[in-house]
Amino acid sequence: MTKDEIKTVVVQALKAVAPEIDEASLEPGKSLRDQLDVDSMDFLNYVIGLHEALKIDIPEADYAKLATLDGTVAYVAERLHAA
Amino acid sequence: MSEFKMPALGADMDYGTLVEWLKKPGDPVARGDIIAVVESQKGAIEVEVFENGTVETLIAKPGDKLPVGATMAIIRGPGEAAVTPPKAAPAPQAPPVVRAATAQPAHAHRITPAARRLALQLGIDADALAGSGLGGAVSIADVEAASRAAHAPAGPAATMPAAPAPAPAPAKPAATMRAAIGAAMARSKREIPHYYLAHTIDFEPALRWLEAENLKRPVAERLLYGVLLLKAVALTLREFPELNGYFTGNGFAASAAIHLGVAISIRQGGLIAPAIHDADKRSVADLMAAFRDLVRRARAGGLRSSELSDGTITVTSLGDQGVEGIFPIIYPPQVAIVGFGTVVARPWVVDDTVRPRRVVTASVAGDHRASDGHRGALFLAALGRRLQEPETL
Repeated sequence: MTKDEIKTVVVQALKAVAPEIDEASLEPGKSLRDQLDVDSMDFLNYVIGLHEALKIDIPEADYAKLATLDGTVAYVAERLHAA
Repeated sequence: MSEFKMPALGADMDYGTLVEWLKKPGDPVARGDIIAVVESQKGAIEVEVFENGTVETLIAKPGDKLPVGATMAIIRGPGEAAVTPPKAAPAPQAPPVVRAATAQPAHAHRITPAARRLALQLGIDADALAGSGLGGAVSIADVEAASRAAHAPAGPAATMPAAPAPAPAPAKPAATMRAAIGAAMARSKREIPHYYLAHTIDFEPALRWLEAENLKRPVAERLLYGVLLLKAVALTLREFPELNGYFTGNGFAASAAIHLGVAISIRQGGLIAPAIHDADKRSVADLMAAFRDLVRRARAGGLRSSELSDGTITVTSLGDQGVEGIFPIIYPPQVAIVGFGTVVARPWVVDDTVRPRRVVTASVAGDHRASDGHRGALFLAALGRRLQEPETL
């Protein structure tokens, strides 16, 4: 998958938990939690969404790497490459 | 015969609008069956019946706005004879109520329940849509098509890949929910003599247990620490019945069952506290599944009437983005509410040594008509002890 393809999947997973987000105004390097009104349940559902869409395992210890949009894309790319 | 009435879905609801009947005259019903969908200040609610029997007559009509307690239908008990012989239904008289103008009578317009729910969420008038489903029924696809049409940018139509249509701003007027919350909280502050207590609890043992547990679990079965807090509250309440129940005109009545109301924030404003039934009897894994399901339905629609009326105490948590302490307001007719602040790392004395620990501040607001601060304090202390032994939850 290219980074752009991964980004599309990541944004879809985000929209599933926060339908009101405007993709254009998302700052890719800024914390998602600071930009969106997401709580721990939303974040868990976001991780589950990524897991189901990409079939990658995401240990809880790695959640911090998913803090930003860019971070998530880089992390997913690395996991897919390792798989 | 018994009357099926518009239920009270919590202290902050005074009316509801019938969206649709899911049963028709002659249908058998059993306790717990969903008989109707009602739109309230809390969104679309699936209303359950509380007895076994047969639907005799449906009195309310879709679109009718009815006060709590208004008769909506007549249910015939088991073994009772039908009042009206089962002949062809008489042609309905022209309804006296003026309804929203539609091309045809609303009751002749078939809309699937799922489509009705989606339309409510999307702010689409399902009655105005032409149906393409079986027998001309309006289906989910019709609602989605109408939503896309309503929100399509003027200009060349951008063909989107087959992604689920993003839900636009909720149709539910946030102002209505705000007014309902305000009314309930004003009543609480007016009628309930609150006392407040707080207790900071070493949360490190429970969090470490949880982290080890989650390492073993696939992502979809992982636990949130909030579930440990819910379970600990439910188990501790068994020893403190004066915090769990209802205060009504007849005074305080403790509840043997522990139905935990869970305060859930609604995206972009508002709050709802549906109950997880018998929380003390569920395993942590079962409680997590129930919690996830409840949050999903609170935000997407599909809460049941019993979940909104049965809570015997409420738990509220500020989550990860908040502050250390919360002093919550009791949700009448309940007599206590338990709050949790945001988990923070602090220097903490453990075995005579200062160590960094993650701690959480638990608080309780209690109703002085049902208990004293002394008992509330013992409750918080017992809760703190229980959280030191997470494997027993």
